[in-house]
Amino acid sequence: MSQFRIQNLNLYYGSFQALKGVNLDIPERRATAFIGPSGCGKSTLLKTLNRMTDLVEDCRVEGKVLFDGKNILSRLTDVNTLRRRVGMVFQKPNPFPMSIYENIAFGPRTHGVRKKEELDELVERSLTEAALWGEVKDRLRKSALGLSGGQQQRLCIARALAVQPEVLLMDEPTSALDPISTARIEELVLGLKREYTVVMVTHHMQQAKRVSDRTVFFLLGEVVEAGDTERLFSSPQDARTGDYINGRFG
Amino acid sequence: MRRAESLLLRIAVYGAVGLTLAVLGLLMLEILRQGLPRLSWDLFAWSYSSENQSMLPALVNTLTMTVLALAMAVPVGVLSAVYMVEYAHRGNRFVRVIRAFTETLAAIPSVVYGLFGLLLFVGRLHWGYSLLSGALTLAIMILPVIMRTSEEALQAVPDAWREGGFGLGAGKLRTVFRIVLPPALPGIFSGILLSAGRIIGETTALIYTAGTVAQIAGLRQSGRTLSVHIFALWNEGLAQGEAYATAAVLLVLTLGLPALSARLSRRSGHGGGKRR
Ligand SMILES: Nc1ncnc2c1ncn2[C@@H]1O[C@H](COP(=O)(O)OP(=O)(O)O)[C@@H](O)[C@H]1O
Ligand SMILES: [Mg+2]
Repeated sequence: MSQFRIQNLNLYYGSFQALKGVNLDIPERRATAFIGPSGCGKSTLLKTLNRMTDLVEDCRVEGKVLFDGKNILSRLTDVNTLRRRVGMVFQKPNPFPMSIYENIAFGPRTHGVRKKEELDELVERSLTEAALWGEVKDRLRKSALGLSGGQQQRLCIARALAVQPEVLLMDEPTSALDPISTARIEELVLGLKREYTVVMVTHHMQQAKRVSDRTVFFLLGEVVEAGDTERLFSSPQDARTGDYINGRFG
Repeated sequence: MRRAESLLLRIAVYGAVGLTLAVLGLLMLEILRQGLPRLSWDLFAWSYSSENQSMLPALVNTLTMTVLALAMAVPVGVLSAVYMVEYAHRGNRFVRVIRAFTETLAAIPSVVYGLFGLLLFVGRLHWGYSLLSGALTLAIMILPVIMRTSEEALQAVPDAWREGGFGLGAGKLRTVFRIVLPPALPGIFSGILLSAGRIIGETTALIYTAGTVAQIAGLRQSGRTLSVHIFALWNEGLAQGEAYATAAVLLVLTLGLPALSARLSRRSGHGGGKRR
């Protein structure tokens, strides 16, 4: 089953076209990796999936992105509900300047959870899912800014999971982390993709190989090739994909 | 050559710091030296008379004036700043005009505000010389300061936190008030305290608007604040010792403000793990 069906998507920042005629299906409960040289539009497409592109003032989108059969680019879409269902983890960990507990509880509170027991349970469950509970369970009331970079990123994953999304978008979630923290996040994603649809931008081809089921290769705003990760890396069908994965450019 | 230069620079820097501290110290010492010995219970009598020269009514008026002017200017100033930073589009012409306008307002001498208040509130609106006329005049005077400092405090909040809020499906309102505003509060407070200092120290604008009656004033009554009181005592020339004593009290009061502000920003700044 497809979680997203992207059809004839064009995206413009002012007069600059950042995405050109993108057609792509993103499968449910799988990890999809976006790869390609920087500036090719990976983050832009990712942000289209939860309409974070709305925040860019002169950004214009054409085409369709079907999520659950509905076009989320429609003006009728409730973006707050969309973003609850399609969560996002950013390149640099961005915990709020609040306690660990409050960071996690913020999302559920936003969407109407008020009871303390329910919040407590969501906090524990999300932190456990993000493999952070053991490290922070005794310091939930301490500032989240005191955590290490890797812990902060896992906190951000937990924060996104706390609103019980269906999809998790991750934009180079390990690019600001050390190798050990990176490995922990990759391991985490391998588990998460059983429950959630994961879409991950990465500039590490090894990372795409390790965690993703499908890989999409971008170049200059176009999708050059999309397919099963193993197949795409072993026998790329487009010469440009081959050049890229063999390190001949980018 | 290098070494001589750096030595010279160092002397200049330490010299400047020393001079500043010396001037400040001298000023405070002189006021306290002249003022403290003249403090007496009479100066805190409930009502003023030419015998006791009591500063108590002026002290009470100062507090009322500060609270009133802040109560009018802070909500307007902070909310305008929220609008300009969080809601208006980048490069919005209207916002640029407001910004230029507030910067100009901040540079206008207080006597001009005083005359404006006199013409509009005291005269045209028939409020007379009153705490209300004075407070509204001062509120307009400090508005640019509050707006400017609040704007800067909001702009200093990283966009990553806004994105985090939007990404969770928290709308604009919730993101702005629950995520962006709290870390900006220390900066906003420092602007409020700066403004409080201006209110407490103001004389000219108040003489034209709140008048100089030495009584504990209600909203629609004329009343002098401590600064105006000192000015009046000194001008009358009969109680200059008492003027010094009052100045000493005012000095202690104003010195308390920065201490309070430092305390507040230490409490709520840097991560604020305790915030709910
Ligand atoms: N907010 C923006 N305004 C204008 N141009 C942008 C903006 N964001 C990205 N771009 C441009 O769009 C292109 C794609 O950017 P992006 O999606 O961030 O690439 P990637 O994530 O693959 O590195 C780049 O050329 C970039 O300069
Ligand atoms: Mg990117």
